Amino acid sequence: MGERGRPLVVLEGVNKHFGPLHVLKDIDLEVRAGEVVVVIGPSGSGKSTLCRAINRLETIQSGRILFDGVPLPEEGKDLARLRADVGMVFQSFNLFAHMTVLDNVTLGPVKVRRMKDGAARERAMRLLERVGVADQRDKYPAQLSGGQQQRVAIARALAMEPKVMLFDEPTSALDPEMINEVLDVMTALAAEGTTMLVVTHEMGFARRAADRVVFMADGEVVETGTPEQFFTSPTSARAQDFLSKILTH
Amino acid sequence: MDPFLDFAEPVLDNLDLYATGLWTTLRICLWSAFLALSLGTVIAACRVSPVPPLRRFGSGWVLVLRNTPLTVVFFFVAFGLPEIGVNGEYYWFAVAALSLYTSSFVAEALRSGVNAVPAGQAEAARAIGLTFGQSLGQVILPQAFRTSVPPLVNVLIAMVKNSATAGFFGVAGDLSWVGDTLTSGRGYAVIPVLLGVVIGFWILVLPAGALLSVVERKVAVVR
Repeated sequence: MGERGRPLVVLEGVNKHFGPLHVLKDIDLEVRAGEVVVVIGPSGSGKSTLCRAINRLETIQSGRILFDGVPLPEEGKDLARLRADVGMVFQSFNLFAHMTVLDNVTLGPVKVRRMKDGAARERAMRLLERVGVADQRDKYPAQLSGGQQQRVAIARALAMEPKVMLFDEPTSALDPEMINEVLDVMTALAAEGTTMLVVTHEMGFARRAADRVVFMADGEVVETGTPEQFFTSPTSARAQDFLSKILTH
Repeated sequence: MDPFLDFAEPVLDNLDLYATGLWTTLRICLWSAFLALSLGTVIAACRVSPVPPLRRFGSGWVLVLRNTPLTVVFFFVAFGLPEIGVNGEYYWFAVAALSLYTSSFVAEALRSGVNAVPAGQAEAARAIGLTFGQSLGQVILPQAFRTSVPPLVNVLIAMVKNSATAGFFGVAGDLSWVGDTLTSGRGYAVIPVLLGVVIGFWILVLPAGALLSVVERKVAVVR
């Protein structure tokens, strides 16, 4: 991971419009090496777009995004190289439907990192072991439960040995009883010092694993702070309102 | 004498000719299928590529070849090319004309398959650092091919039947040439001779339909 505390992801004055909709408004944000940043906020607040902008799955109209000190390149080989260093976990898993679990995890290391098949399989098995789905390695994604698929997706991202992991609502598409198996994996990653940016509605995870909570509403970062500060004494009215709605029952 | 044998005599007398005709048509079709599928894949890749000039090239290719009558494509290739100094055997001109024409339909069938692959698949491919070409080759096209199997089989069946045009553009010995030769050349009755030609094409095409259901079951992507 290199020197701890070095800014890995930096957003400066980022703006994004979808037609007339201003979805990201002058966003400034920093994720430092080893840090776990959890982004929360109501639906439609722009938090997923923010997450996707970091590896340029969404383009932005103004401002800058730096990854490890370098501005995001235009679409092309350089961008592909950068994306290899940014792990991404999607809400809908997006495992490659025509490949086995094992092939899903080895594809990146073999095609992008030019690893030998044997070494890539070894790494993949180690990671599948770690997320607890090694016994499913020869199955196809559709044969797995949502929770298992998402854990494979995490292994697939980790196989690239990324400098940062982005999680875009990783548990929002899961049945309730499968949420914890995914959160447990994420909590373990956080504890190991993985740099993470997590967009989620899981307040328990935010409290437990976050170094910093970023609260977004209407395309703006409204408030940031430690989980302790944010959950016990939020300063903004918007955050107080949000928390009162989700924490009362 | 048996009235059926009497009727079928023009065919039965020339079974060897029909057999070589079937073989020649089959060879033309195998070459054309191979070339049209390869070329069509490249054109489909152009059409979905992020590079605007490539997209325009792909669209232009489909626009021109899909909307030009097959016989006109044959005319251009078989008689136009020699005029500008490109000479060759009519057999290969026929393969070229059929491949070019069919490639536009292959490209469209594949593009519909690409469109059917969920966007998340391409995003995940890009997110692990695959280049556009790798995403296409490793993730998108393998899935697109599978959903494209039924339309592709339609395209290839049409191609086999379109190959009948070859006999009228200098190719000697294919099925349509056999029909033409036996009727106009040797004066056999038209109806039995052509029924023989039809049966020849059915022999080529009908197994394709049967193969389709097998292939479809084999390659289906479960979602």
